[in-house]
Amino acid sequence: MRFMVLVKANKDSEAGILPKTELLEAMGKYNEELVKAGVMLAGEGLHASSKGARVKFSGNKRTVIDGPFSETKELIAGFWIFQVKSKEEAIEWVKRAPFDGESELEIRQVFEASDFGPELTPELREAEERLVKRMAENAKQ
Amino acid sequence: MTRSDTHRTIDAVWRIESAKLIAGLARIVRDVGVAEELAQDALVAALEQWPDSGVPRKPGAWLMATAKHRAIDQLRRSKLFERKQEQLGHEIEAQQELAEPLLDAAIDEDIGDDLLRLVFISCHPVLSTEARVALTLRLLGGLTTEEIARAFLVPPSTIAQRIVRAKRTLAEAHVPFEVPGEHERAARLSSVLEVIYLIFNEGYSASAGDDWMRPVLCEDALRLGRILAELVPNEPEVHGLVALMEIQASRSAARVGPSGEPILLLDQDRSRWDRILIHRGLAALERAEKLGDALGPYALQAAIAACHARARSADETDWVRIAALYDALMQLAPSPVVALNGAVAVAMAFGPAAGLELVDALTSEPLLKTYHLLPSVRGDLLAKLGNFCEARTEFERAAALTRNARERDLLLGRANACAVKIKEQGACETNNAN
Repeated sequence: MRFMVLVKANKDSEAGILPKTELLEAMGKYNEELVKAGVMLAGEGLHASSKGARVKFSGNKRTVIDGPFSETKELIAGFWIFQVKSKEEAIEWVKRAPFDGESELEIRQVFEASDFGPELTPELREAEERLVKRMAENAKQ
Repeated sequence: MTRSDTHRTIDAVWRIESAKLIAGLARIVRDVGVAEELAQDALVAALEQWPDSGVPRKPGAWLMATAKHRAIDQLRRSKLFERKQEQLGHEIEAQQELAEPLLDAAIDEDIGDDLLRLVFISCHPVLSTEARVALTLRLLGGLTTEEIARAFLVPPSTIAQRIVRAKRTLAEAHVPFEVPGEHERAARLSSVLEVIYLIFNEGYSASAGDDWMRPVLCEDALRLGRILAELVPNEPEVHGLVALMEIQASRSAARVGPSGEPILLLDQDRSRWDRILIHRGLAALERAEKLGDALGPYALQAAIAACHARARSADETDWVRIAALYDALMQLAPSPVVALNGAVAVAMAFGPAAGLELVDALTSEPLLKTYHLLPSVRGDLLAKLGNFCEARTEFERAAALTRNARERDLLLGRANACAVKIKEQGACETNNAN
């Protein structure tokens, strides 16, 4: 299974302050370990929210709001995607990450084909077939 | 944390640590079987103690320390220790190593070499292919006997026996725990790649049973390949194999229909292809291309897979390039199956008649006599040329040859479609109707 590991933002990451050299080095080593174990599929760090934007949807309306955003703890500063056998394995890997001080990481399972195969298909398929049929009938008229 | 939570955590720790643990121990005790038993003992100790004591902060180091203590106990008890003069030197060395203070760093530093030795010994040519597969999944993949048995649809006792016998064979043959020397390295590495790709293929096109795919095996093979690519980063064919597996795995979700039926490559919904895996596959192929002058067989197959991955729709596939790559593959690793695939590419690039000519030349090939894809491909080309009578016969023949239930349905479906066309056209000539 796949998990996305979300690194929450903090004051420093939001202020655009890069981690200290030691932490960067430790993080490099940690990433190397993940790659060597065949676990890390992808991973990136994100710039501060001041360089980002939000697009709000309300009916047909789209409103663009430029960063920065205030609720620091709910913002994301980076992510990894892990390929592992269980949530516990993802947790064990995350526990080895070299963060110090106050940090929070969130682990979320990524949807995969097998997650919706059987549950979604019969009804949806039928609905789709009805739609196709109706479109064909409409085309004839 | 509840007891079952702890057990799940121990499973996870085992999956992460077991290969490193066994590899490190094998270097010390010089016997993979003994190393695995010591590691298992440490696992049992963890299962006994962690539910009460909690999971240690460095679980890998805890397991290694526990296993090393057992190793020291065994060495002390071993009568060989007193008797065998010639082994004394080595065992003293081992004792010293065991007595070393346990620095996590020290364990991690050399672990790459130990892991590589474990890879080579698990895929050693004294073992049967089946034994290599089982041992690799067990020692390097961290799978239990039951998991391996389930993946290969055989009773656990069969796998257990295979592993016991494999470990005995290695011990009896005195296979050294080392990375093979320069002169045999290429052959030994190709055995390793073969084992990994075999595991992948067992998962990707399940050769028996009702499932078209057993994705768990694909994931294990991919993980082994990715690990190997970091252990020997300068071997182009390792990256070639990883590229091939990544790109093939990227299509997993698209190659099975809603009721479990297989969907062939050109009919697949490409929006369901896994972009992360394609990206990784293309990157691995690029690594292989940068390392070698000419692509090896795995890299060539990956390059073919990459042609499909790069095409936004089936119509945009660069079939001329694919036909050329198959040609190169034929020079390097000629086989009737490669020839058949090459013929398909030629048919796509230059028309079904050109392809059929090449396929017809293969019908007398003894190795393809029971290969369902030969009549399947021939049926497809004949149908494209409008010869539905012969095509139907070929699809029926292919359906009778495949061992996969889903694929059989697909082939019978195509035979039926031909029958409908035949009805529309009238009837078959007598020599074609049967």
